[in-house]
Amino acid sequence: MSTDFPELTPETDADDLPAAPVNPLRDPSDRRLPRIAGPSGLVIFGVTGDLSRKKLMPAIYDLANRGLLPPGFSLVGFARREWDDEDFAKEVHDAVRDHARTPFREEVWQQLAKGMRFVHGTFDDDDAFDKLRETIEELDKAQGTGGNFAFYLSVPPKFFPTVVQQLKKHGLADPPQGSWRRAVIEKPFGHDLESAQELNKVVHEVFPRDEVFRIDHYLGKETVQNILALRFANQMFEPIWNRSYVDHVQITMAEDIGIGGRAGYYDGIGSARDVIQNHLLQLMALTAIEEPASFHPKALVAEKLKVLSAVKLPADLGRHTVRGQYAAGWQGGEEVAGYLDEDGIDPESKTDTYAAIKLEINNRRWAGVPFYLRTGKRLGRRVTEIAVVFQRAPYLPFDSYATEELGQNALVIRVQPDEGVTVRFGSKVPGTSFEVRDVTMDFAYGESFTESSPEAYERLILDVLLGDANLFPRHQEVELSWQILDPIEKYWDTHGKPAQYAAGTWGPVEADEMLARDGRSWRRP
Amino acid sequence: MKIDLTNTTSSKINAALMEARRASGSTAAGMVLTLVIVTDEGSAYDALKAANDASREHPMRTLAVIKRAGRSPRARAETRLDAEILVGSDAGSGETVVLRMHGELASHAQSVVLPLLLPDAPTVVWWPDNAPLHPAQDPLGALAQRRITDAVTAESPVGQLSQLAESYTPGDTDLAWTRITGWRSMLAAALDQRPSHIVSAVVEGESYNPSVELLGLWLTNRLHAPVERVVTGGPGITAVRLRTKDGDITLDRPDGLMGTLSMPGSPDRQVALKRRETSELIAEELRRLDPDDIYATAVRTPVERLHEPTNAETAAAERVAHAVAEAAATEAAAEAPVANPARVTADSAEKSPAKRTAGKRAAKGNA
Repeated sequence: MSTDFPELTPETDADDLPAAPVNPLRDPSDRRLPRIAGPSGLVIFGVTGDLSRKKLMPAIYDLANRGLLPPGFSLVGFARREWDDEDFAKEVHDAVRDHARTPFREEVWQQLAKGMRFVHGTFDDDDAFDKLRETIEELDKAQGTGGNFAFYLSVPPKFFPTVVQQLKKHGLADPPQGSWRRAVIEKPFGHDLESAQELNKVVHEVFPRDEVFRIDHYLGKETVQNILALRFANQMFEPIWNRSYVDHVQITMAEDIGIGGRAGYYDGIGSARDVIQNHLLQLMALTAIEEPASFHPKALVAEKLKVLSAVKLPADLGRHTVRGQYAAGWQGGEEVAGYLDEDGIDPESKTDTYAAIKLEINNRRWAGVPFYLRTGKRLGRRVTEIAVVFQRAPYLPFDSYATEELGQNALVIRVQPDEGVTVRFGSKVPGTSFEVRDVTMDFAYGESFTESSPEAYERLILDVLLGDANLFPRHQEVELSWQILDPIEKYWDTHGKPAQYAAGTWGPVEADEMLARDGRSWRRP
Repeated sequence: MKIDLTNTTSSKINAALMEARRASGSTAAGMVLTLVIVTDEGSAYDALKAANDASREHPMRTLAVIKRAGRSPRARAETRLDAEILVGSDAGSGETVVLRMHGELASHAQSVVLPLLLPDAPTVVWWPDNAPLHPAQDPLGALAQRRITDAVTAESPVGQLSQLAESYTPGDTDLAWTRITGWRSMLAAALDQRPSHIVSAVVEGESYNPSVELLGLWLTNRLHAPVERVVTGGPGITAVRLRTKDGDITLDRPDGLMGTLSMPGSPDRQVALKRRETSELIAEELRRLDPDDIYATAVRTPVERLHEPTNAETAAAERVAHAVAEAAATEAAAEAPVANPARVTADSAEKSPAKRTAGKRAAKGNA
């Protein structure tokens, strides 16, 4: 294990002055003061894209509105469109108006608009990158960004090498003395171990490892961060959070939409690579990790790596993994086409739109407890949840008919929508006979913390600017995840075809059979 | 939904609340705290409106205690409790009970409030005005983890600070302190960006505003440096200057809306620093319910530690050093002839930050 945790203060008797300057106005007990990012700016490549308009720009405004961005914060857009700064500002303005979470305030907008610039050009255009460098230097002077810039690559992965090399070539990746340059990349992080390593190499050649931030927006969600609070801030869950009490864990991410206009990206990738490799394995890691020594990024990543490297695949992949494709059907009252009939999809395609796999974690806490991961498109409804299903009580002192309707106890973390936690347990049905039935106890974020939940992207962008890497998967995690998924994908490539399931249902029959073989069944989320 | 109960008791109110909740299908499980507002008919409307808005962030049960001791002996003799219950869309995201206490009951308000507190959840008492001398020893204040007062509404707002300091008990807090969170975080961020040794500091703002003093006291405490208090025409706090060897770090907000942050060696930058609504202040107060030690230290620092601007000679000498860097501003000084020694009021030069600074400089030079 790596031992480079935060270095302890060396024991010397010299009373040297501390090297880092202490800000006298800050005090850890002064919790009204928010963490404000230092002077910095953000450069977005592919700024005209959907993600940028719907998520990034509103998130930046919301951060500014909450007073978390530094004075002089600058936003530079880079795209092919021939805009000038005003057109860009207008575009951001419209995006903010339509999608921001917090109300629009003119003075906040004024503060932001002062730092907006637009550079137009293609990714291989040297002049455009020269212009970008000039823009950044100009912002350092006019806005006081201090040379600190993050480059957000909101572009298809095939452009990563070009953009990253261009940044290097034009000296944009080299921070001036005492400042930083960071790269932010979105999934997919490759499509298998080899390509992921290749991508990591390309990016790490230009940016140091610690300055590369991989966005998995699931990790920015409040509910996901709450898994750690739920487990490690409470006493009542941890004692039963192990193989002695847990029967199995089901992690589900279901979407009700089809592939929409993403045929080009999706075909050949499939749901397992798109969702299981990053989101579901991260959720599994957080559900299963041991308590980290601290919330230092290195401590947390060490624990996650331990769990991911303890993952064991089933010996017979044919019996314990299932993939499917949605067929034509009725979804929520609408008739929808099957995957093979979607525009731009090869009718012979073997791409999976549904995947379910069984994993085990070989350590003292989890040995023998299966983790069932499933994801799919065109399923019953949009939902993401983690269900920890407990074993039945070893002995029931009731008549057998009394507990007929009693299921297994379960703790369900509802990641989205309707964020919250549900606990299911048995309760006596009122009446003269003794009968026990399942009831639920519920905690809903919307009830106890209305309106205060920030969007995942707000948190993640702020963390990038602060340099806090806790909520970003590290390159080792990405590579380990591919190591888990690659054998399954390889098996699927050579064995059979995806099972068909009617759109609007909860997946193929084969998936139900897969659990039935273990004597279990899927929860209906 | 609105239910009126006249001549009632706490248990009847509780029953009515439960009934109302059943009817609308919601539960009390989500509510995170009980807010008790102690007020009179005059301020009740504004306070309830603010609480209502704040309840969108903190779903809560709001209990408004309105004391009507009565003016005539006859009215005083009649003891009565009237309640107005608001649930559902009328009460933000939570439930509100307005309690009108007549006669002798007005001095036993805690007996009505205690049975209506949510189980387990924390209790907060807020006096929009007329706070008791010793909030923690007040019978209602004693029920609460957190007691919110507002020094601005006192007869002598600045004098009120010493009263607050004297009666301070962990859990006390004052909206005059909440109002300066924006200033404090911006100043802290400025020092994050440019760690420097602060020689002295100046806070400028309207008189009769204890927030200006609190900000000054906080700076005195944290910086261990002398802090001057300059009276201007407001609104609220208008500027803070932190003096360093290399020049001033200045946060200037002449209009109560947009601030300008200037630091030596950096371009001036605009920051949104709006004066906030009461509902936003209450929402911030409810975010943390543990004792605010930083507030305790600030409010317990005697106001006398703040200086009036004095010692013009040293100040002027110091300024010569900056004058080189800020030649442009000094030019402006020539066209802003002000001779208003010691105290500079805002009407002397309100046009631009540069001019105002320059004007003050000239004034000090003359003094």
